[in-house]
Amino acid sequence: MADTKDLDALVVQVRRDILRMVHKVNSGHPGGSLGCTEFLVTLYHDIMELKSGFDMDGKGEDIFFLSNGHISPVFYSVLARRGYFPIAELDTFRLIDSRLQGHPTTHEGLPGVRIASGSLGQGMSVAIGAAQAKKLNKDNHLVYSLHGDGELQEGQNWEAIMYAGSKGVDNLIATIDRNGQQIDGPTEEVMSLGDLRPKFEAFGWDVLELSDGNDLQAVREALLEAKSRSGKGKPVAIIMTTVMGNGVDFMMHTHAWHGKAPNDEQLETALAQNPETLGDY
Amino acid sequence: MKKYTDQGKQDTRSGFGAGMTELGRTNPQVVALCADLVGSLKIETFIEENPEKFFQVGIAEANMMGIAAGLTIGGYIPFTTTFANFSTGRVYDQIRQSIAYSDKNVKICASHAGLTLGEDGATHQILEDIGMMKMLPGMTVINPCDFNQTKAATLAIAEHHGPVYLRFGRPKVANFTPVDQEFQIGKAVMLQEGSDVTIIATGHLVWESLLAAERLHEQGISAEVINIHTIKPLDEAAILASVAKTGCVVTAEEHNYLGGLGESVAGLLARKHPTPQEFVAVRDSFGESGVPEELMAKYGIDNKAVENAVLQVLKRKA
Repeated sequence: MADTKDLDALVVQVRRDILRMVHKVNSGHPGGSLGCTEFLVTLYHDIMELKSGFDMDGKGEDIFFLSNGHISPVFYSVLARRGYFPIAELDTFRLIDSRLQGHPTTHEGLPGVRIASGSLGQGMSVAIGAAQAKKLNKDNHLVYSLHGDGELQEGQNWEAIMYAGSKGVDNLIATIDRNGQQIDGPTEEVMSLGDLRPKFEAFGWDVLELSDGNDLQAVREALLEAKSRSGKGKPVAIIMTTVMGNGVDFMMHTHAWHGKAPNDEQLETALAQNPETLGDY
Repeated sequence: MKKYTDQGKQDTRSGFGAGMTELGRTNPQVVALCADLVGSLKIETFIEENPEKFFQVGIAEANMMGIAAGLTIGGYIPFTTTFANFSTGRVYDQIRQSIAYSDKNVKICASHAGLTLGEDGATHQILEDIGMMKMLPGMTVINPCDFNQTKAATLAIAEHHGPVYLRFGRPKVANFTPVDQEFQIGKAVMLQEGSDVTIIATGHLVWESLLAAERLHEQGISAEVINIHTIKPLDEAAILASVAKTGCVVTAEEHNYLGGLGESVAGLLARKHPTPQEFVAVRDSFGESGVPEELMAKYGIDNKAVENAVLQVLKRKA
């Protein structure tokens, strides 16, 4: 296990990366990125079994798919700080000729990315396919995926959820970021998802609820529990409650920062709340 | 004039099925997915012989495309199977993002393309699929003409790295190309050499074009017939060489004239060698129920239509 203090420091540094990336180009999605920072930091630095280097097939290692591609800032920061590509490259986010496109893509050959995402609702199907390939390859490693809660409004998810339950894709751990917000407002107002747990269970999934997805220890325990429930005939879902914009007080508990960058003054305030730990890019 | 013999009518989808059977025996990386149309796609033997390599996804084509993309991660070569309509229009964004933009080695295999699936009508016919698929960067688009060529194409695309759209059909049509032919993606096949007009055809219209060329020959018109089984990448050199000789062209396809082979040829000729061209294709309409031959006649995509288009384009030749 990684030292909790190290992960705390990394979380703060990733937040700084996110804020500085979106500020520089005055675009991108800080809210959901900040909400999923603890999850992705824990997953990549404490949970997943990873080979050194990157190859597309990912045989003999755990692999991850980001379905809600708009939270690319947190994904890029975590990948860079896990060593997939130079941390300095975060400075090219959303700029022309960059490998760090607005939404993640394999097209520019960025190590760590295995599928394009951004058009919502497609990642779970892809994760299922990769999980099936692992089974065919007799590779006992796991496939992880992350999805927004609003994203579950896309029908393809329910095709995928039905498939995974029906076919017993038990090497898949899909996490739903239940931040309750989407572009047009609270998810429950825009299009209520109702109670997600029985929905997944009715499709044959084993479901865990993680009530504080911004607590490193709780995230770690949930992921370990999910891992222990894999391989038992059912796909595993983690319904993870997070706070959008977590770690920056004025970005929390609102959908206002879903797709909006802070201005100079707001950036300064946000960074002051998250003092540099491991070194800015 | 070269004589072509029908070895016995067969459906091109069965050529695909035969190709899949062979791939199941020879290529351990090939896997197949189907959205509840196994019998229609003729892949029963593949499934029987390789049950662990087959994924039945139910009536959920969007999920099928995503799963196929995921299966490539791990080294597999997924062949998705359903009707052409449900292989393209229904799942365009899934193909665009998860397969084409993600550079995934998925083979999208589509039966019941065009009008000639017949009685089911326009909901199941699609005349826009070539256009949709050829517009996707990096997508290879193939429409073979008969059973033998469809089987050969099925084997060839497994060896080609990158996304492919393979389009074939339901009706039993003449099977006239060689058994166990070598299929070269992107390479036109010269079927009939001629000097007065070039007929460039794809899919079911290739045989129709050969029939038209025979009748034209009787009228003293020498028609060159080229089988363009690969619409993208287009064999530009073969087309340019032919029109340089004949000076006019007819394109023939079971597709809307918008977005099809004809447009690809017209675009090439406009850039490199402006040439009078007539289009044998559906005139921007949906299809309808009927038997295939009636539909081809009504929508102007049979051998008679090719013959008329040649007579028309010859009048425009300078």
